[in-house]
This record gives sequence, structure tokens and C-alpha cells, in this order.
Amino acid sequence: MSIAPRKPPLQFALRLKRALGGKTGWNGFAAQIAFAAILAWIAYEIVANARTNLETQHIASGFGFLNYNAGFDVNQSLIAYNNSDTYWRVFFVGLLNTILVSVIGIVFATVIGFIVALCRLSPNGVLSRIGGIYVEIVRNLPVLFQILFWYLAVLAALPAPRQSISIFSTFFLNNRGLIVPLPVSEPGLYPFLAALAAGIVVALGLRHHARRILFQRGHMIRIWPYVLGCLVGLPLASMLIFGWPFKLELPQLKGFNFAGGARIIPEFVALTVALSTYTGAFIAEIVRAGVMSVHKGQMEAGSSLGLSRAATLRLIVVPQAMRVIVPPLTSQYLNLTKNSSLAVAIGYPDLVSVFAGTAVSQTGQAIEIIAMTMGVYLLLSLTTSALMSIYGWRINRSMAA
Amino acid sequence: MTDLSASSFVRQDLVAERAAPTKTTGFIGFLRTRLLNSPGNILLTILGLLLAWYIVVPTVRFLLFDAVWTGKDRTACLAEKAGHEVGACWPYIQAKLAQLIYGFYPEAQRWRVNLTYALGAALLLPLLMPRLPAKGLNSGLFFFAFPVVAFFLLHGGGIAGFGVSWTAGLLQLFEQSIGGAGDLLVNLSKSSAIAPLLWVVGKVLVLVGVLIHWLIFPLTWLRDQLQASSLPVWGDFLVTAVIVSAVLFVLGGGVRTGRGALLGSLLTFAGIAVGIRLMGLDRGGFPIVDTRLWGGLLVTLVIAITGIVASMPIGIALALGRRSTIPLIRIFSIAFIEFWRGVPLITVLFFATYMLPLFVPGNFAVDGLLRALIGVAIFTGAYMAEVIRGGLAAVARGQAEAASALGLSWWKTTSLIVLPQALRYVIPGIVNSFISLFKDTSLVSIVALFDLLGSLRASFSDPVWTTPTTAFTGFAFAGMIYFVFCFGMSRYSLFVENRLNAHRRH
Repeated sequence: MSIAPRKPPLQFALRLKRALGGKTGWNGFAAQIAFAAILAWIAYEIVANARTNLETQHIASGFGFLNYNAGFDVNQSLIAYNNSDTYWRVFFVGLLNTILVSVIGIVFATVIGFIVALCRLSPNGVLSRIGGIYVEIVRNLPVLFQILFWYLAVLAALPAPRQSISIFSTFFLNNRGLIVPLPVSEPGLYPFLAALAAGIVVALGLRHHARRILFQRGHMIRIWPYVLGCLVGLPLASMLIFGWPFKLELPQLKGFNFAGGARIIPEFVALTVALSTYTGAFIAEIVRAGVMSVHKGQMEAGSSLGLSRAATLRLIVVPQAMRVIVPPLTSQYLNLTKNSSLAVAIGYPDLVSVFAGTAVSQTGQAIEIIAMTMGVYLLLSLTTSALMSIYGWRINRSMAA
Repeated sequence: MTDLSASSFVRQDLVAERAAPTKTTGFIGFLRTRLLNSPGNILLTILGLLLAWYIVVPTVRFLLFDAVWTGKDRTACLAEKAGHEVGACWPYIQAKLAQLIYGFYPEAQRWRVNLTYALGAALLLPLLMPRLPAKGLNSGLFFFAFPVVAFFLLHGGGIAGFGVSWTAGLLQLFEQSIGGAGDLLVNLSKSSAIAPLLWVVGKVLVLVGVLIHWLIFPLTWLRDQLQASSLPVWGDFLVTAVIVSAVLFVLGGGVRTGRGALLGSLLTFAGIAVGIRLMGLDRGGFPIVDTRLWGGLLVTLVIAITGIVASMPIGIALALGRRSTIPLIRIFSIAFIEFWRGVPLITVLFFATYMLPLFVPGNFAVDGLLRALIGVAIFTGAYMAEVIRGGLAAVARGQAEAASALGLSWWKTTSLIVLPQALRYVIPGIVNSFISLFKDTSLVSIVALFDLLGSLRASFSDPVWTTPTTAFTGFAFAGMIYFVFCFGMSRYSLFVENRLNAHRRH
């Protein structure tokens, strides 16, 4: 009597089991069904309740309201807007204002962050302590607290327009905001921009060429005089031929207010200052951690190869530090953008303030408007995290190579 | 044999003494190496000292030397009255202190708030000290008992029933909802293309509803009997205690090993009974203080503690869900986490304030504070999930495999082997998210709740105290409170991190 070998189990059934229930098999499948049933029940409850509640409050759901007239004013707008425009336009006005304050905040935050990080890394004892104290104080206070501090305490304590604080007689700071010179375009603007663009393109081409020569033949060629010539000389030549690209309209005190120049509203100033100092402190810590993550031996190896300190930093330390710095830095940029929604506390007309604030209270379309607002931020952060995973993947690949 | 002394390799005389090396330690050494070692560094030092001087001196003058310490109203803090440049206006803080700490909580009832603070501190401090024993009991008390006690202390009110009544009520709601959904589908099937399918599903749902109705009938009957008795709360309590203890006794292994479970259950119920008796919950409890009267630091702490307590289970569940291999649960967890992490907290609070009331049945009025709490808990839970996921990933795979090899189930592996290690790894991360939660509580002032920052802002509009320095004084005071809490937490996180990495130190 021979023992018949057992048949192997059916691969198809196993695969199906795995696809439907993961490692736990049919138990997992049953758990999923139960979970789906609970989710369906919750979703049903939400939809049913929302429908009844909206009916009792006489609110028509749907996105039709976006074409109605908004009927309220917005005190800062990058695109033409008046109170007879639609809610669509309000949406875009708010979105552009959010983007504006985020971009400017990101620029300042990066500058502040790198400066503070340099202070903290500096061998000088006083500077590194000052940097450390700045970071500790700013990081341990809520960002809304700081926004309100700048808006309600500092900016409100500024003098009236007639006693403005003047900076070189071009910038004026008072309790109505910051008055800056306004660039007004002249006929020479377009040739100037074209010359600048051409200069940048040629300079990039030169750099590319120089790198190719370096990698192929090992020759260092000197290109910086030509680059400088393209970047400065071309625009200069265009200015000589076509005249000034723009002139600055200086603000002047006339009566009780300023004529000429552009006024930056105090809400914008407070929000930008608070967001960039707050995020700057976080960026400083990220940069410091990134630089310190590069092993000391790297620097020593660079010097033993005969590279100068600057060259070692530029070619060896910074590229390695950047790998550590970039992912958290991006998430800080994202945080700054999300924190810019706190504009609603001081009335800066960003997306949340004008759209999810004023528009909701006027139309009562809470579900649609808040979903749209959340959608905008969600899209932004999902895009960023997708870009970051591509970056991480490329870094991993280059490290493996 | 050669004469050693004649060899030119051996020197005959002593080397002259060298000067002592430059001192590089201590204050003098610090001055030499870190401050004054090169002309550039000297310049930087001078610049830095100047900068510090121009920040520190005005701040100290504002807070201490130029400050006004006593007064009845704004006139005391005006430069004309004081005769010198006026710094901080501390009488304003004295006048508003109660509002900043308690909000509009009735003065006669403020002992309840103080008692809650004291209870919280008494439970939290031992939890934070790694040396003290009984962490399990302590955290159980802090995370489960304390929130309930704090609710009845702060809000007031009593209970009309206990476990049996609540379970019966919830199940009845569920049964009605299922039945309603079934009826709706049957109605819809009259005017639909997939009518037969809808009709079948609807009928099945109705049938399930009826089944549930009969299944829970003993429970509802028991509840009605209890509610009709003379002592509904205590009767209900007794029945619940007996049922739960019996179930635990049987689940724990019956006579053989179940005695521990039984004892624990009985002790817990005894504790609950003492709590009910002490707070008089069966007789209506304390007078109710509406949450609209709460304010100041009270609201800040309530939101922070609730957020901390609620976000932990949400975070653990989501983190386990995200690592699960069951497709639907994993996808749901990922979507949930990424959604709430992708939007700003203020839109979450708007969502909780404006949309959530639309999602619950119209007869449930959701309290304003509760809405904010729900929003904060979901938001923090999503962040906590990512922190805990990091910890789960850090636990070596062999741990779970060894547990399976010993025959432990998934639940036991997770709760006894994996989670304790994972949570210990990420204590610093958890504390960091508590810090950001504590800072984020200030956002509720935007949705019309008066937390510390909201109360501060409200106090600025009081004409009795309008002076040029009122705003600066208020921000200095509130800033100190926020700083003390956040800085304390971050130092604690560093302390724990050092303790965890003790074996790596060299």
C-alpha cells in the first residue's frame, strides 16, 4: 500500500483568499464585510439626517449658488473684483490671496530659518545662544497667539499716518499698513524683460556647457565673466536703448493720508511677519539637524583631498545635508500654507476668511463651501506628498547606485 | 659593550619646561575658544551682545521696572498719572485673572474647577515619573475614570440610569435606524430601475430590524422594570455590575482562572459606586453649568486633555488599520489619515461647527464645545496615528513572530507584545504632538469659544482697562502661560528620550 502524495492546494483559491482578506484569510474577509456594513450604515445616517435638516432649514443643496452675486467687498484682491461679482470670483480672490501670503511667507521663512540656523551652528557662543533662545520662544507659543500679537499689539501701537515711521523716506509704516513705492511700467519694460530672459537662458546654457567640458575632458573653464555679462550687460544695454523699464512712484504724505505708492494692508503685514518668524524657527531646527547629520569625517576627508573649506561645504556637505533637509522643509512649507488659513482671525481676506467665512454666513451652503475649501488644501498637500515620494525615490536610487 | 651615555641618541639634559597649554575649559576657556578667538568672531560677539542688550533691557524694563503694580482702573496705567513711561499694566491682569482662568464660570461653583485641576494634577504627575509604580492603574484612572469624573464635576447634572438603560437605548436607536433604512429602500423600489434588488435589500433590512427588536427585548423589558422601580440608578447599577462581572468571570476562565478578572471587575464597580455616591449623581448631581459659561485656561485645558485622551485610541486604531493586510480596512485608514492631515485645523473646526450639526438627527443639539472637541480629537487622532505607526514599524519583526510561535492570537500579540514596545519607542513623538495640540487649542477662539486666547482678546475690548500697554501686558501674561506648558512638555520629552537612549550613550 503506497501513500498517495497530498495534492497541493488550489493556487487560485489561495490567491482569491489573499486578495479578499489579506493575511487573515476568510476571517479578514468577514471582518471587511462587517466593516463595510457599518460604514454604509453611518453614511446612510449622515445623508438621511443632512437631507432632513437641510429641508427643515430651507437650504437648497448644490453648487448653483456659485453663480449668484456675492454682494460683499473684499479689502485686498489681486484680480479685479467688486461686490456684484459671483461667488466663483470670491473663491478665486480668496485662493489668490492665500497663495500670495503663502509664497511671500515661505520666502521670508526660508531666509529667517537659514540665518537662525547659521547662528545656531556658528562657533560663536553668543550668536548660537541667541539663535537657541529665539527658536525656543517662538516654537513654544501658538501661531495664532503670534498673529494676534503682531496685529493687535504691535501694529495697533503704530502711529497714525501723519506720524508714520519713515524708512529712508520710501517706506512708511503706520497703523493703516505699510506704504511702499509702486513700480509703474514704462515703454522700456518689455525689451528689458526680454533681455533679462535671454541673459538667463544664455547663462544656463554656458553653465551646462562648462559642466560637460569638466566631466568629459576634466578641464575647468572660466565662465563667470560671460555669465555676469549676460545677466547684467544685456538688461543694461536694453535700458540704454529703450529707456527705464519702470519708475518707482514714491508715496507722499498729503493731508491725512498718503498719495501714490501702494498700501500693504496691516492684516497682510501681521500675517506674513507671524507666519515667517514662526515657520522660520522650525526651518532653523531642520537645517541645523540636516547639517549636523553629515558626518564629521566627510569634512575631514574633503580637506585631506586638498579641497578648500568653501569647496568642501559646497561640494560635499551641502548636497548630503540637503537630502536630509528637503523632505521636512517641504512639510514646513505646507504647514505655513495651512497656517495661513488663520487669516480668518484677523480678517485678512484669504480663502478660509472670505469663502468659508463670509460666503458661508451669507448663503448657508456650509457643506458645499467647506468641502471645496478642504478640497483645495487637500489637493495641495496630496500633490506635495506625491512630489516628495518621487524625490525620496530618486534619492534612494542615487544612493543605491 | 658600548657606553650608553656616549650614544648620540640619548640626550643628556632635561628638556626645558613648556608653558601650560591654553585653558580651553571653564568660563575663561569659553571666552577664548567660542567668543574671542579671531577678529571676525570678536566682531560677531560684540554684535550679538548689542542685539541681546537691545532686546533684553526694554523687555525687563517693560515687565518689571516701568510696570504699574497696583490700581483700580486704566488711569493708574497712564503715563500722566504714573509720572513715568509706563510698562506692563499688571492691575489689568489682576482684574481679569478670574476671567482668564475660569471664563464666566459662576463664582460660587469655581471650587469644582479647582478640584478638577487638583485631581488631574494628582493623577498626571505620578504618571509622568518613570520611577513610580502602578503605571497600569494610574493610566487607567487618568485616561478612563478622570474624563468621566471631570465631566460630571465641571458640567454637573446626574444620571437617570446605568449600563442596562444605556445599552438598551443605543440598541433601540440602532434598530429604528435599520428599520427606517429598510422602509426607505422599499419605498424607493416603487420608482427605480433596479426595483427588485432594492425591494429585496429593503425587506432584508426590515427583517434584520425586527430580529434585533426581538433579540433586545429582554434588555428593554429589564430597563422598563428598573426605571419603574424606586431606585432606578442603583438597581440598574447592581444589575449591570452582576452581568458584567459574570461575563468577565466566565471569559476569564471560570472557577479555574477567572477569579482575578472577577475581583478586578468588582473593585472597578465599587469605585464607580463610590464616585456616584460622592458626586450624588443618582440625585441629580451638581448644578449644571452650561459650557457657554466656560472660558479661559479651563477651556484650553479641557480641549487639550480631551484631545490627548481621545486621540490615543483613535491613533492606535488607525495606525493598526493602516498596517493591516485586510484591504478595505487599510484603504479606509489611509484615506482617513491623509484626509485629516491634509487640511488645516481651522477648516476642521469649521467642519465640526457648521457641518456636523447637519449630520446628526435634528433633535440632537450638539453643544458648541463638544463640536470643537470632536474636530480636535479627529484631527489629532490622524496625526497620532502616523506617530504610532512609526513606533509599530520600529518594533523588530521577530517579536511578533515569536509571539505567534507561542500561540498568541493577533489581539494578544498586538496588545501584549507589539503595542507596549511601540508606544514606548514613540513617547517623545507623542509628547511632541501633545505640544502642537496644546498650541492648536488656541484656534477654537475663532469658532466663538473663549479659551485663554479668546478670553484675552475679549478682555482687550473692556473700556475700563484701555491703555496703550494693555495689549502688550495681556500677551506677555498669556504668552508666559503657553510657554510654561509647552516648554515643560518639550523638556519632558527630551528627558524621556534620553532615558530611552540610555543604552546608546557613551
